[in-house]
Amino acid sequence: MTIRALILSLALFAVPVYAQTQQPPPKPAATDEFVPVDKPTNAQETIPAPRLVAIAYGFIWVALFGYVWSVRNRLSNVERELETVSKRVGTERR
Amino acid sequence: MRKLFVPVAIVTAAMFMYAPFMILDAPYESTMGLVQKIFYFHASCGMAMFAAAFASGIGSVLFLFGRKPWADRLAVAGAELTSIIGLLVLVTGPLWARKAWGVWWQWDARLTSTLVMWLIFNAYLLLRRYGGPGSDRLAAAVALFGMANVPFVYWSVNVWRTLHPKTSVIPSLQPGMRGPFWFCVVAFLLLFSLLLSLRMELEKRRQELDELYLAAEGD
Repeated sequence: MTIRALILSLALFAVPVYAQTQQPPPKPAATDEFVPVDKPTNAQETIPAPRLVAIAYGFIWVALFGYVWSVRNRLSNVERELETVSKRVGTERR
Repeated sequence: MRKLFVPVAIVTAAMFMYAPFMILDAPYESTMGLVQKIFYFHASCGMAMFAAAFASGIGSVLFLFGRKPWADRLAVAGAELTSIIGLLVLVTGPLWARKAWGVWWQWDARLTSTLVMWLIFNAYLLLRRYGGPGSDRLAAAVALFGMANVPFVYWSVNVWRTLHPKTSVIPSLQPGMRGPFWFCVVAFLLLFSLLLSLRMELEKRRQELDELYLAAEGD
């Protein structure tokens, strides 16, 4: 019984120690600072960077224009409705 | 603000037209190359998103404790802008990540907390739209939680291990990158202030319309 308990205790201690030594390689650390260069370093690209940059900037421009248009549109609709309702209220009061 | 609106709009439009030239002129980053240029608009959008979340949160606090109608307008406008600008951040980030990290998305602290914050402000807007009477106060409490998320989003990269660049990237920017970056930040903050005032004006008109309908029903 004592030997079994001893083996079990050893196994329980051994598992975390083994796990500690078998940890997966750490992920690359976050960037602390950007290092500037004159030209892009990776000439042969598997993922086309120009397309991603164009989509990012294009999306921002389109979304912002769309939002400004939407606010202007909603504002003019409310203005129109305000005018109609105030006219109706005015005639009802008379 | 009305007097300032047109001159500020002209300056902002000019800055947005000039910004791409500054970004093109900026040096490439040594490991990420061209794709790092997304940073100039992505990080600026992030700052404008924080400003919008603060506007909504502060407006909500003032509305909850002071019942000021203009504070409610500020809260609604800020929440809608957090949703719109947050979407820009959440779309441009993965486009950069795809090239820099090899994956579109990583469930790390920065990305996840940004997504949660964006969802909170969308919940605010849904609550305002479909919540019925009394939803303004309930939504104000939601916006408070949204604003409380901002410091977590900002410092998450320094506290937890993440692939996202740390906050130290900005103070350590080289002169060639620093100029275009701060130029874009100012352009986005100006745009944010313009959109905020425009959206608050819309909310003011809506409140006037509601009051007019109530007056018409009373007669």
